[in-house]
Amino acid sequence: MSEDDFFKKASVVKLDTLSDVNDIGKPWRYEEDGMTVTRTSPWSPPGCHPVGCGLKLYVDAEGRLERVEGDENNPVTQGRLCPRCIALKDYIYNPARLLHPMKRDPKDRGNADAWETITWDEAFDIIKAEYDRITAQYGRESIVVFAGTGREGGTFFPFGSMCFGTPNFCYTQSGYACYTPRLAAIAYIGGTTYPEWDYAGALPGRWDDPRYDLTEVLLIWGKAPLESSPDGFFGHAVIDAMRRGTRLIVIDPRVTWLSSRADIFLQLRAGTDTALGMAMLDIIISEDLYDHDFVSYWCYGFDELAERCSTMPPEKAATICDVPVEDIYAAARMYAAGNPAAIQWGLSADQKTNGMQHAQVIVSLMAITGNLDAPGGQLLPNSSAGHNEVGFGFDKGVGDDLLAKMVGLDQYPAYCMVILNAQADLMLKALETGEPYPIKMGFYAGNNLMSCTSMEPERWHDAIVKSLEFCIGFDTFMNPSIEASCDIFLPLKTVAERDGTVFTHYAPCTVTAGFMHEAITVGDCKTDYELCYELGRHLRPELWDKEFNFRSAKEFMEALRLGKREEGRYFDKVAENVVCQIPIEYYKYEKGLMREDGTPGFATPTGRIELWSTAFHGFGEDPLPYYEEPQFGPADPELMEEYPLILTTGARTTAFFHSEHRQVPRLRALNPDPITEINPVTAQKYGIADGQWVRLSSPFGECVQKARVSEIVDEKTVHAQHAWWFPEEEGSEPNLYGNFRSNINNLLPNFHFGKLGFGAPNKCFVCKIEPIEESYDTDMTEVWDKFGKLV
Amino acid sequence: MDYQEFLDSIDKEAYHEGEWRWEEDGYTVTRTYHYSPPGCHTSCGILLYTKDGKVEKIEGDPLDPCTNGKLCIRCLNLVESINSPDRLKYPMRRAGERGENKWERISWDEAYDEIEEKVRSIWETNGGNAIICVHGTGRNINWQVPFFGQAALKTPNISTFGFTGFACYMPRVCGAVAPFGDFPVVDASEGHPARYANPEWNPPEVLVVWGNEPLASNADGFVGHWLVPCVQMGTRIISIDPRLTWWGARADYWLQIRPGTDAALACAWLNVILEEDLYDHEFVDLWCMGLDKLKESVKDMTPEWAAPICDLDADDIRNSARLYASAKPGAIQWGLAFDQQLSAMSLCLAGCDLMAICGNIDVPGGNILLHNAFEINAGYATGEHFTPEEWRIKKLNNNFALSIDGGDFVAHASSDGLLQAIEEGFPYPIKMMWIQSSNTLSCPGMDAARLYEAMQKIPFIVNADPYMTPTSVALADIVLPVAMSAERNSARTWWTPARAMVKVADFYEAKSDEQIIVELGKRLNPEVFNQWDSDIDWLDWYLREGSGSAFATSEAADNAGIKSSGSTLFKHTWKELVEDPAMCGHAYDEFNASYNKAAKGLYRPDGSVGYGTPSGRLELTPMLYTYWGLSDTPFHVEPPEGPISTPELMETYPLILTCGGRSFEFFHSEHRQLPTMRELHPEPLVLVNPKTAEKYGVKDGQWIWIENDHGRFKQKVKLSPRVNEKTIHAEHGWWFPESKAEAPYLFGTFESNPNNCTKAFVTGQGGVGSAIKSMICKIYPVEPGDKMPYEQIAETGNFPWYKKVNSPRQDEIDRFHKAMDAGMEYEVFSNELFDPANNERFDLKTGARLAE
Amino acid sequence: MTKGILINYDYCTGCHSCEVACKKTLGLPEGEFGIKLTEVGPYEYTDKPAPDHWEWTWLPVITKACDLCMGRTTKGKMPSCVQHCQAWCMYYGDVEDLAKKMDGKTRWALLATRE
Repeated sequence: MSEDDFFKKASVVKLDTLSDVNDIGKPWRYEEDGMTVTRTSPWSPPGCHPVGCGLKLYVDAEGRLERVEGDENNPVTQGRLCPRCIALKDYIYNPARLLHPMKRDPKDRGNADAWETITWDEAFDIIKAEYDRITAQYGRESIVVFAGTGREGGTFFPFGSMCFGTPNFCYTQSGYACYTPRLAAIAYIGGTTYPEWDYAGALPGRWDDPRYDLTEVLLIWGKAPLESSPDGFFGHAVIDAMRRGTRLIVIDPRVTWLSSRADIFLQLRAGTDTALGMAMLDIIISEDLYDHDFVSYWCYGFDELAERCSTMPPEKAATICDVPVEDIYAAARMYAAGNPAAIQWGLSADQKTNGMQHAQVIVSLMAITGNLDAPGGQLLPNSSAGHNEVGFGFDKGVGDDLLAKMVGLDQYPAYCMVILNAQADLMLKALETGEPYPIKMGFYAGNNLMSCTSMEPERWHDAIVKSLEFCIGFDTFMNPSIEASCDIFLPLKTVAERDGTVFTHYAPCTVTAGFMHEAITVGDCKTDYELCYELGRHLRPELWDKEFNFRSAKEFMEALRLGKREEGRYFDKVAENVVCQIPIEYYKYEKGLMREDGTPGFATPTGRIELWSTAFHGFGEDPLPYYEEPQFGPADPELMEEYPLILTTGARTTAFFHSEHRQVPRLRALNPDPITEINPVTAQKYGIADGQWVRLSSPFGECVQKARVSEIVDEKTVHAQHAWWFPEEEGSEPNLYGNFRSNINNLLPNFHFGKLGFGAPNKCFVCKIEPIEESYDTDMTEVWDKFGKLV
Repeated sequence: MDYQEFLDSIDKEAYHEGEWRWEEDGYTVTRTYHYSPPGCHTSCGILLYTKDGKVEKIEGDPLDPCTNGKLCIRCLNLVESINSPDRLKYPMRRAGERGENKWERISWDEAYDEIEEKVRSIWETNGGNAIICVHGTGRNINWQVPFFGQAALKTPNISTFGFTGFACYMPRVCGAVAPFGDFPVVDASEGHPARYANPEWNPPEVLVVWGNEPLASNADGFVGHWLVPCVQMGTRIISIDPRLTWWGARADYWLQIRPGTDAALACAWLNVILEEDLYDHEFVDLWCMGLDKLKESVKDMTPEWAAPICDLDADDIRNSARLYASAKPGAIQWGLAFDQQLSAMSLCLAGCDLMAICGNIDVPGGNILLHNAFEINAGYATGEHFTPEEWRIKKLNNNFALSIDGGDFVAHASSDGLLQAIEEGFPYPIKMMWIQSSNTLSCPGMDAARLYEAMQKIPFIVNADPYMTPTSVALADIVLPVAMSAERNSARTWWTPARAMVKVADFYEAKSDEQIIVELGKRLNPEVFNQWDSDIDWLDWYLREGSGSAFATSEAADNAGIKSSGSTLFKHTWKELVEDPAMCGHAYDEFNASYNKAAKGLYRPDGSVGYGTPSGRLELTPMLYTYWGLSDTPFHVEPPEGPISTPELMETYPLILTCGGRSFEFFHSEHRQLPTMRELHPEPLVLVNPKTAEKYGVKDGQWIWIENDHGRFKQKVKLSPRVNEKTIHAEHGWWFPESKAEAPYLFGTFESNPNNCTKAFVTGQGGVGSAIKSMICKIYPVEPGDKMPYEQIAETGNFPWYKKVNSPRQDEIDRFHKAMDAGMEYEVFSNELFDPANNERFDLKTGARLAE
Repeated sequence: MTKGILINYDYCTGCHSCEVACKKTLGLPEGEFGIKLTEVGPYEYTDKPAPDHWEWTWLPVITKACDLCMGRTTKGKMPSCVQHCQAWCMYYGDVEDLAKKMDGKTRWALLATRE
């Protein structure tokens, strides 16, 4: 396929609610009413998963962003936007946004008033001096790049590999309990990567494309796609499908918008999904509802799977999951009967110790029902898919010797190799103990770990502050992690200020490729690739100027994202399309498109979907799915005496992306306070009134949140929001923007992951809850006063 | 809103036009009206669905021209109310101490026996005037209970007890009777059965909604939602209110006035309209008197003068006055705020003057003058002739209570006069209190803790109510269960049409107000009450002969020259009113359906043209005001505490506290037992402007203390721009039936009660008006460990910082006690002391010895 | 013909009558509604003069419990919410007819539900 075909301008499908007067067919940049309109397809920052929603940026003659509208030309979003993009201007021109490099004496760490504005040159000089000193003394492996989620920086491996040359790029959530476990599962079982629901995103005719079959049954499992567009999936595509007739099954401990409209809603006990999935497999197999052809041609280990699942009859699962057994039967039959049917699998598969097995049953369900790579089923990437830079620059930038020193690689190769990441829990241990070697320098690449990603955040805080001699924060706003631990702050450009690319679903199984266009300039900021390029050349000129030889930062980006080196010209050419639909084919495994060697089948040792996983077996894990009770839960009656409630955390809200956006009053007003959802019966039992503040505690710690008394959760469960801090509050230590007051991660542990190193019990823990007299209600007037007047 | 289209669209068969009762789907359906309990000021057409003697469903009657099937949630939730488990089922006698909430069930006969014995013994020893007869507001008892008090208990001391300065409705009634001889009501077409389709009617061009939220409350017999179709037909709005209301949000002018300064605004409006010559010359020439004096009196009261007083923009005052004056017609919907300020009588006069000089009286879409339907005027004074003269002259009216020299223009006894008698035994002690449908402690009782302490001194208290209330638990010796609206045969003639209520169900042993009154009346005064065999007999008397004064005492009516024929114009029986297919429970009369009645000679007893005033004209400077000892021209009096009268006190209490705004869910202290109401409105809410909240460190949803130099109470903050930064608004009437009954908690009646902060004995001219909507306060968060009001009251009888306001007659009271100790005698009517030792007489007021 | 409820929400007073009338007609427990009020405001528009200076708007929303009072309307009666609407701002009928009332002079919302 020619390059021009690959990055071909997406065809436009007009939304039926859109009026006849619209901007369909407009070029990537045009003039309107004295304003320059730039069509773009954003990723980050502010953080979001890569959907690349269509955006029109209206910029006035003075170069100021006037307003943001949805771009009707985007084939998936079709002009629709969530509030976070609609409020983009309030983020960009927020008075709290930081627009220049700053430094602070390391002895002043934690003092919000001790920052001093500097030039980029001075910043590079300081970093260079510290880099040279630390690497000379401790080696490059003593540098850790803290990666977060949802930002380009959070997946920007060249920071580690090429810029600093460290093997320790580290997503700091215990057990990498986000997305990667699912990626690992499909990689080890199916030799491919993320199988997204086929919502016709890549097809020119979208839902009406002749190649597409409407999904009859969509099973949404532990996911709330409407609020967050998770994993780069445009959540409201579910609504589009529902309007066309797709029926829903929802599995979730919480009532969601979707579950309230589902044919079947299984409100299971948090953390018991694997049991439920095994029971569904058992029903489908024992009732002979599976796809015999697919199983016999393309699956390996079916009999073993059948036998294993027969140990989890639906009646047993019903007791474990606390759902009516007839609903399990109904759900299994409905899913199996769907032709096609698909599963939207969510974060809950990652956030449990038993999560890898949860992912395993889900992949098995997709496989034995014949929905893999079928139109309207689960779309699979082809063998050359992926514009993900995992591994980019590793050989030259890090080298094999140093790669071998990646923290955790020896113990958890299944984890470290699949994503080339240091194992998070062991990184914590290394920071705390200096074992296997000291960690001395840090870099925040779009991560606010103390507020969001890391469990026991005070422990991480103490370890980082104690261990690191030098640390750099690179972000749009100050945050508690940078405030506590950094000596240099570098300002980051937002989506409106930058060029770049966005591939849906983080590149695996991409359906659209989008391009970001710089429309405005604000302050003195850089993008991730610009910083990497410039900082890399300062720190490691021998490598950048001799080995890499990129002629510009843009060419570096072009190489990284598009595999070209044309001084940015290729980027400029294809970027004019703003958004492209990636050509796809169905049933690729029949056509030899899934394997590097071009033979039919899947890229696994057996060439089949390994229901009995040879890879798991190789890693010493059980090759078949099994159910394990959450360690912290009813399996421990003594623990439950003191902590009688199931705690599940982290459901998304429309207002925020993780710990971001708390400074945007328009968004904050949607959700001013950290909310704990509690059932009315439970609330009454503990004397908790709606709107009252409560203390949540576990064996690991406590926090306070505001109760929302609601039947969203059942009587045994509470749900608490995550990633709360309060940018309007005092920033200096010890308050640190109130970072540890309402932080639900205080209650959650590190070091409770599964056998392969993956998973953490964020969504299936225990707690007790008690009302408190105090109120910490956010004063929105103060938020508006501090952040509402744009600069 | 196309009224004719609406009428045409009703399926008259489906709604059984012309039938008062029918069977439908296993239910018996009765077409009738609701009129209390639960309390309300209006009476709407309803269809009651009963099965096995139980009301199971209620809906509005679309064929009823009064409200066209529309109902507020207090009626829609009637079934929950009627069948509430908290209702009183049987008569009960107190079994423990007052406040212990221990009761023994007794029969009605036992209750009547005990009451009769007590009453007769008081008659023997102290006289009937030692009994106080109390009724609440808004219940269908406004003539029944006064009649009972005067004819059966034989006391002149009838009152809505606890209400300093008669500060509810009475100022407007008397304030309008004086200049107009009648009462002005906004014409939303309600006088005529054709309603909005009446060809004579048109909507007001401009509606001034002043100190009133008619939508939430249906106050004063007026259905607030009648005005919404007017707005749909083009009526423009001027809203005068410290709070933003539905009206203010849709108004051409919302004048966010400082509470308690409405008279200054009214005077400024008069000034603009008179000085700019915007008044209706023809109308004033023909029908008004006193223009020159009025004009002279307001000539300096310019918008610029009023603006700083009212905290308004002078241009807004001027322009809004012009808008009202330009309207043909304009209408003023005045509210309780007129009564609840020290300028009350002056403000009511100014309001009337505005209506009159703009020619808006008794014209379609203006302020029409309404009467009770068919002149069925059984009223406050109907039973007065059955009270023995010697006791009647001892009525504790303002004459006696507050040293105001003037005529006895109010039918009530004065609350302050009663309080003085209870507290001080002056001029005589009180031995019994009969309470019918008043939750004194929770709602009307101003200076709440003081009243609670004082009322403990009354040896015998009977409370008749549908529910067990804080007042009953705290004070009653006998409680009597009262039937509710659907369990009651009754009628209503307040405004128009005449309406009937039919009993369709029983609740245990509860009896209707009429039944209780007739039965107990037969025991206490058989001469009068034996003419009626039953409640229905009594109702027939009321409908066909129920004469008396429409408004106040006979004396006041006589002085005003109001048409009072001595008998009614109604020719039917109660049963006919209920069942006659032509009526089906309601009947309109000609008088109320007519406009321009002055020209038609309908106001005056002799049929001559003119109004029912001494002069026959609308008296802009009324003679009756002079007679009553009031200024006959309008003026403004500052609230007793506030930025102008007490700037130094504002340092301690920097906020203005206004209170008592209504909500849809509750009628005063009622409805708190009902889950549906509490679902919609679980807790008392105090409106605080967000900036004020920030300044004083209080947050949305937080419980805060509202405190003044008297006491404090707590409510939950609702942040809202409805009030300005200087003002907060608190709700009244809150108690918590779900909580502990026993004293000192008493269902939490003191916890959230703004009356912890109100003051007895502080009134305006004539002893009328009270500043309870314009107090000052400070606010601060409720903290754990804070002492609750009930605890503070239990410890010392009141709040530690409480400063009791003495009666303005305290000198006289002291003199009285000294004289009594010295063996002297006191004559109430002449207010003189007599020393039998030497036959000397003294004027109690001055202490001076009187010449022989 | 599809039936609907038309609301002239410029005039909705937030009186809750539709909510409670419906609740009682359908016998709904605490927390459940067949029609539920939403409230916007109050807040000010600095650039709009009176009478449009303030925004304080209510609009009821129909829930799944609503069957448009089939049992009533087949007998010729009005849906309970419409019958009891105090502000006289609710209409019931064929959606095509109702739509004709939306005259651009006041604010309307036409609600229809599943049949």
